[in-house]
Amino acid sequence: MNEISEIIKPGNYLMMGNEACALGAIIAGCRFFAFYPITPANEIAEYMSIYLPKIGGIYIQMEDEISSIASVIGASWTGLKAMTATSGPGFTLMQENIGHAIMTETPCVIVDVQRCGPSTGTPALPMQGDVYQARRGSHGEYEIIALAPSSVKDTLLLTIEAFNLSEKYRVPVIILSDALIGHMMENVEIPDLSSIKIINRKKPSKLDESQFFLSEDISPMPTLGSGYKVHITGSTHDEKGIRNVYDPIYVDNLVHKIYAKIHKHIDDIVKIETRYLDNSKVLLLSYGSVARSALHAVKLARKEGLKVGYVKLITLWPFPEKLISNMINNGEVEKIIVLENNMGQIVNEVKRVLHKDIEVKFLPPEVLGTIHDPMYILENLKKNMG
Amino acid sequence: MISKVYEHPLIKYLRKGIRQPFCSGCGNGIIAQCILRAINDLKVDMKKIVFVSGIGCSGWIPTLFNADTLHTTHGRPIAFATGVKLGNPELKVVVLTGDGDGAAIGGNHLIHAARRNIEILTILVNNRIYGMTGGQVAPTTPHGMKTTTTPYGNIECPFDLCKLVEAAGAAYVARWTTFHVKQLISSIKKGFLKEGFSFIEIVSQCPIQYGKYIDLQEPAKLLLMLKDLSINKDKAKTINEKELKEKIIIGEFVDREVIGFSKAYEQLIIKVREKRNE
Repeated sequence: MNEISEIIKPGNYLMMGNEACALGAIIAGCRFFAFYPITPANEIAEYMSIYLPKIGGIYIQMEDEISSIASVIGASWTGLKAMTATSGPGFTLMQENIGHAIMTETPCVIVDVQRCGPSTGTPALPMQGDVYQARRGSHGEYEIIALAPSSVKDTLLLTIEAFNLSEKYRVPVIILSDALIGHMMENVEIPDLSSIKIINRKKPSKLDESQFFLSEDISPMPTLGSGYKVHITGSTHDEKGIRNVYDPIYVDNLVHKIYAKIHKHIDDIVKIETRYLDNSKVLLLSYGSVARSALHAVKLARKEGLKVGYVKLITLWPFPEKLISNMINNGEVEKIIVLENNMGQIVNEVKRVLHKDIEVKFLPPEVLGTIHDPMYILENLKKNMG
Repeated sequence: MISKVYEHPLIKYLRKGIRQPFCSGCGNGIIAQCILRAINDLKVDMKKIVFVSGIGCSGWIPTLFNADTLHTTHGRPIAFATGVKLGNPELKVVVLTGDGDGAAIGGNHLIHAARRNIEILTILVNNRIYGMTGGQVAPTTPHGMKTTTTPYGNIECPFDLCKLVEAAGAAYVARWTTFHVKQLISSIKKGFLKEGFSFIEIVSQCPIQYGKYIDLQEPAKLLLMLKDLSINKDKAKTINEKELKEKIIIGEFVDREVIGFSKAYEQLIIKVREKRNE
């Protein structure tokens, strides 16, 4: 069934970030999408509601974000690749069930098109306020994957990547877009679909298999209704899924395993993008929409002869600490300036990794809810290099 | 002298090595057996049934069954089950929920699943109290009753869940107690085969928490109490409202033909594809 070639054809298109997200999901194999209306994520649902029925996929508008993520988890266990999309307030409502997906090792993708908070905030303006929420929004100890697109094309490719990672590591993957990336229109080249790498979850092969959870190398995931009689629970359980809520040994084993399955494979998961690192004395580190301004500022600075480099985080969680500490190994970098459209979230991670070696500074935009003006960054750079 | 040991006819449906988690005299054992008897009578393949449950004592019932079981978060089993049913409409999806799980924290999902008529059989165990957490007041606790968190008596009125689900549009709605096992088994069978959303409320006994507050902890006596409190829906029409408030109205309230949500979605897909081929 290659029906998606009827709705997605290779070529160049002008499209919105949210549309690119929907297309990326469909290319990745997403066939279940549940949603509750919220600005600025609505267009993802609008496109999904058009496309999915055409290719036999399921679109459902649920009664809230709690049930959206719940139905996504249920659908994932029937073997479908499943996604939901939302923004800050809805992302908060989803947190308990994201914890369930972590606990039950359920592949799924959650798109958070970030808006200004707290609370209802300013729905149509961007902010990078949910970075910690993506990492630690659900209670308890766990590890998760979060990716940050900084363009429309990035949104398409990272949505595919999110599904691949989610299927490979049986973990929910968060896409941290924002109102700016979600609503902007850019040219996107859709490549030949057969050239795109698609990863599907590992399934058990023999009916006598019974260990479906808690392997550092990722257990096979059975499909409901295929005879495995799997016991899936958000309670503490063993490798067979059988609950034990009495003995702390089970908690210890479970938490260590869901950490280990990410950390053992961290080199395969994390990605950053660097430019102009040669001879750089100062690095600008950013991610998401802010990275656009940062790159512009670095180009302006280089024109003026300033030795400034550019670092964009593609993976926010797990934090790419090895890649970041490697960047300063040559001993030339004296300072790193972290740019975020918030009051300072990722900067704390950068400090944790680099504070002993170099100076780590933080620069929010002049006005929160906007991205940094490249000239403002340039002025700040000059002060820092003066 | 015992000459022969007989195996319980339902033992084949139980997951091996699972410890029975319920307190002595709990209604959940009766309910588990009624579900299995219905499945046994219908001769349906356990492999094609998915049990989805929430949090609370009732959520532990499917743990006993040797079947695919999805134990979810508090209040959300119907929402998870919606994804399971749509993900694979061939599966029979049965939700086990309680009065706290399904009527308080998860009440909205109950209403919307009934409105959509998604093909799920929802069995709601109503013990009229929060049992697992220590006997707090529930939205189903009788007016005036003392509980852990209503030490001066409950000033709220209990929910009539069957009326709620009926009004939302469900295909099948019935209420029984753990005393009415024959009727309950027959209802489970009906609900199982029905197209659309089926809802069965079972008023059950909780000797430990509920029994503590009514000073009646003997399971057998509690069952007889449920029997005495029950009144058939037709007979209920003949008595006055004040008297009726104390009673548990039992019977089948709704049995109507509807188009289930997953079937309606299938038809939508066919329509969209025909349009494309035009």
